[in-house]
Amino acid sequence: MSLHTRSVAELAAGLAAKEYSAVELTEYFLARIGAANPALNAFVTVTPERALADARRADATLAAGKAGPLTGIPLAHKDIFCTDGIRTACGSRMLDNFIAPYDATVVERLAAAGTVMLGKTNMDEFAMGSSNETSFYGPVKNPWDLRKVPGGSSGGSAATVAARLAPVATGTDTGGSIRQPAALAGVSGIKPTYGRVSRHGMIAFASSLDQAGILAPSAADCARLLGAMAGFDPRDSTSVDRPVPDYVAGLGASLKGVRIGIVKEFFEHGLDAANGAVIHAAIDELAKLGATLVDISCPNLPLSVPTYYVVAPAECSSNLSRFDGVRFGHRCKDPKDLLDLYLRSRGEGFGPEVKRRVMTGTYVLSAGYYDAYYLRAQKVRTLITNEFRAAFAQVDLLAGPTSPTPAFDLGAKMDDPITMYLNDIYTIGANLAGLPAMSVPCGFVGGLPVGLQLLGPHFGESQVLAAGHAYQGVTDFHRRMPASYA
Amino acid sequence: MSLTRTDVEGIARLARLEITETELPVYVESLSKILSFIEQLNSADTASVEPMAHPLQGEVQRLRPDVVTETDQRQKYQSNAPQVVAGLYLVPRVIE
Repeated sequence: MSLHTRSVAELAAGLAAKEYSAVELTEYFLARIGAANPALNAFVTVTPERALADARRADATLAAGKAGPLTGIPLAHKDIFCTDGIRTACGSRMLDNFIAPYDATVVERLAAAGTVMLGKTNMDEFAMGSSNETSFYGPVKNPWDLRKVPGGSSGGSAATVAARLAPVATGTDTGGSIRQPAALAGVSGIKPTYGRVSRHGMIAFASSLDQAGILAPSAADCARLLGAMAGFDPRDSTSVDRPVPDYVAGLGASLKGVRIGIVKEFFEHGLDAANGAVIHAAIDELAKLGATLVDISCPNLPLSVPTYYVVAPAECSSNLSRFDGVRFGHRCKDPKDLLDLYLRSRGEGFGPEVKRRVMTGTYVLSAGYYDAYYLRAQKVRTLITNEFRAAFAQVDLLAGPTSPTPAFDLGAKMDDPITMYLNDIYTIGANLAGLPAMSVPCGFVGGLPVGLQLLGPHFGESQVLAAGHAYQGVTDFHRRMPASYA
Repeated sequence: MSLTRTDVEGIARLARLEITETELPVYVESLSKILSFIEQLNSADTASVEPMAHPLQGEVQRLRPDVVTETDQRQKYQSNAPQVVAGLYLVPRVIE
């Protein structure tokens, strides 16, 4: 029985029809993790006891006839989400010994919906990276080619879904960390509108940009999970109190007459020619489905990467000041005084990329430089956001590439931070403006997957998911699997 | 924008990060590159543009009633602390 090729809806139907129990389904995916993880390094913690306990509870719910659409569905959580009683390390030595004392809201809601937690996925340290190579636990390998990166920072979640070690996995996206790995690993991934999903219990990187989302094979699977994750949470001060639409019901919306903006700047600045050709073919497919294509220009969009590399490090330097070696996290041995305790605990606990960003942030916020860097970046952020607003006055959605190239070689960009940062050139805009955006698989270049990015206006998740679903109705790229894991 | 060793030592000190002698030149180079990269922002015309702090402009951050909503879980939270005595976090002596 090949259960890993089934969608969330098909898996739920199988559970309802008693084709298998939730415990059997869980054991099936635990076995896949056991076989594949040594090579992929997608999971940092596998939680079989917790998974089987969740599964037994799901079986009881099923037997009582009280099952919901996600009861008994196994999933993996990115190790950035706090999980009560389970180590939550966020890819860092700093939190290698941290047992979260509570569940993140995302974890709590998905558990309440009856899902089964298989474990915690690997990630770039504190979500800072685009290749999953900054993890204290070592890089994740791309299931399509083990010599390639899976993207980052949700690289473990992307590889997990690509190799079908779990039907779905959670992720977070600060500058592209769901969409870019989704593209590089050939899966679907959505970052919702800022404020749509609670950030409570999600370890903070850059608080004005961070947002939780989901990675899954298809847009339909994403819709099913997002509905259970989204919604108001009084414990997150930026959580937005407005009703969550029925994303599954919204999937049927047609693309006929939908205006899709093609942003000129998305096709410049380092877009690999073969990648670009695949994206253009995907956009043609959207037009065949009835969408009207409209040329759009956002002249300041190319400044999104430098804007991000002021705003995100500034916020991270502030957020990461909580790691002081006093209340939790790594503490150095035999500190001689308090300053020594801070310096060495943080110097030992953080890896090179995190230190680089903390220092960048410290510098751009320091006296005498604040106006020149931070204030200016906040103003350019306004310019970029206004251009998106003007675009959405003309069109319903925007489409373009998710990343400039397919997956690159492990180690290829580790020595040059700027080249690494430019991977996120097409994804960062959505974070700066707080827009919902999704990547869907749309083809291959040299055997490696390519992702089409769809962006919507604030709270336009339904339209984005429906467009992805319509595209997946006429293509099968989201069903393709890497040969070794098929 | 080019930073010196002294600049980077100063930034690291402000950020409370110990940087080793071998790491230092690597950060001097990469932080200088990043700052040069960021200088592209000078090309934008930002005169009379309002700065943007987060994407939900116009949404007022909520206030909640000033009532206790959390239970005391000090012991659970302190189980993650490196050093605790009698419910207090221990650090090296601060006052002689």
